[in-house]
Amino acid sequence: MNKITKIEIITRPEKLEELKEAMNAIAVKGMTVTQVYGCGLQKGHTEIYRGKEVSINLVPKVKVEIVVCEVPVEKVLDTAKRVCRTGKIGDGKIFVYSLENAIRIRTGDEGDAAIIEPKS
Amino acid sequence: MKKFWSILGLCLILIVLLAPVALAEEAAPAAPAINAGDTAFVIISAALVMLMTPGLAFFYGGMVRTKNVLSVIMQSFFIVALISVQWVLWGYTLSFGTDINGIIGGLNFLGLNGVGQTPMSDTSTIPHLVFMVFQGMFAVITPALITGAFAERMKFPAFVIFTLIWATIIYDPVAHWVWGGGWLATLGVLDFAGGTVVHILSGVSGLVVALVIGKRKGHGKEAMLPHHLPMTVLGASLLWFGWFGFNAGSALAANGLAASAFVTTNTAAAAACLSWVASEWLHHGKPTVLGAASGAVAGLVAITPAAGFVGPMSSVIIGLLAGVICYVAVGIIKAKLGYDDALDAFGVHGIGGTFGALATGLFASKEINPAGNNGLFFGNPDLLTTQFIGVVVSWAVAIVGTYIILKVLGMFMKLRADNDQEVSGLDITEHGERSYAQDFLAGSQMMAHSSLAQHSAVGTQVGLNLK
Repeated sequence: MNKITKIEIITRPEKLEELKEAMNAIAVKGMTVTQVYGCGLQKGHTEIYRGKEVSINLVPKVKVEIVVCEVPVEKVLDTAKRVCRTGKIGDGKIFVYSLENAIRIRTGDEGDAAIIEPKS
Repeated sequence: MKKFWSILGLCLILIVLLAPVALAEEAAPAAPAINAGDTAFVIISAALVMLMTPGLAFFYGGMVRTKNVLSVIMQSFFIVALISVQWVLWGYTLSFGTDINGIIGGLNFLGLNGVGQTPMSDTSTIPHLVFMVFQGMFAVITPALITGAFAERMKFPAFVIFTLIWATIIYDPVAHWVWGGGWLATLGVLDFAGGTVVHILSGVSGLVVALVIGKRKGHGKEAMLPHHLPMTVLGASLLWFGWFGFNAGSALAANGLAASAFVTTNTAAAAACLSWVASEWLHHGKPTVLGAASGAVAGLVAITPAAGFVGPMSSVIIGLLAGVICYVAVGIIKAKLGYDDALDAFGVHGIGGTFGALATGLFASKEINPAGNNGLFFGNPDLLTTQFIGVVVSWAVAIVGTYIILKVLGMFMKLRADNDQEVSGLDITEHGERSYAQDFLAGSQMMAHSSLAQHSAVGTQVGLNLK
């Protein structure tokens, strides 16, 4: 069984479309996308309501989870870095995990078979 | 054909013969005459004032969090129904029935007995019913203004009973004192369209309710952001529009005074909008939309008692000052004192109404309205003293009356929503409905998730019950 790796990319929402296309181009076909809020170096902004300042420090981001097996992890990371990088604070983070197992619910396939696109 | 001509001829003769008789009959009753223009104008003004309360529902509704929108809108909308009926049954007679020692109206108009299609007095030119319904719309919006102070945390049953008692023992008598020939009118207090009766009473009472029932859970710790400001701007626009009926209609005739009140109303609203936006811009660096809407309302509040007594230039000054004063009350003083007047019923209506009542004592001019009086700037310092007495009396009645009502009511029922209700929101826990199919992110961003979870839980229960 090949090694299965999960790559979690948290980045700017406006980069999502570009990222999806770039992943598609390197044969990463599946992903899970979540709208998230987070804080880090980026400080958020201030809103004013009837003379009251409210600091909003949770910034909206997208979290893209990708699990790969055949496609080299380095290739995915390089692509993600290239696409998501603007050089300003707030570009986000990438986390890499190694997975114990994966299961395709429909067929019951386990391990790499659950990740690799079935030959049709 | 011949027959036709003879019938026509006969008719003509009859008309000529009967005309003097018919005309004489019309002229015979010396009863006060109804003026069609006045009647049409005041009827339409009443409809305009009616629209203000649903407008207020939107104004307030946009400022609360997603989970409480319906509860706030319901309070205003329900009051339209509740007080309309109260007014017809006993409210009108308490305010405008035959005066009893300057304190309250008698019960002669109970259930609108004797309130008919003819004018109420020799000087009136509109049907008594029109006057009654116009005044009724004022009685409706006044308690609705209070709801902004206790938004997001008052139980609905307590709200209903409180409103009914408040309208009956506070609004109705004070309306009598100022407009129904009571003792404040005798004293010479000027209140053209309700600066003391409507705005001081509601604003100050709102503050008392906010203090008695306490702050919203998490007030000062969590961000409580308006969930839909476009709705608030829509509401402010409806208020501004309806206010033309409120102030110009208070002339009770389609005349020059109504035109004057219309112009001062619009001008003061505009000036206060400018000065509030400018204040907030200088103070916090951004010209906010909520500030523009709030400023316009503050100006409308401040010009209300003065609308029919001051000229256009005075209304510019009143408006400019109102915007700054209310901004300081809401944006600076409230934060310092720490009370939770959720939607600033006191900051805008209590403070704006007080300023307007005093400003009437400064800027009123007999040139504008001979039935009024001259203010300090027109050579009569006495009016300012009189207006001050009117203000003090209204504050005192609002504070003492509202406090007693709440304390007594609190012995019989729970005034305040419990903790869990506040967390889940009053829309679902009090009314069993939600405003939006999807949850918006309003207030604290993390809270949105927990309230979503709460909503889904209730949704499932509903689904089960249906089966």
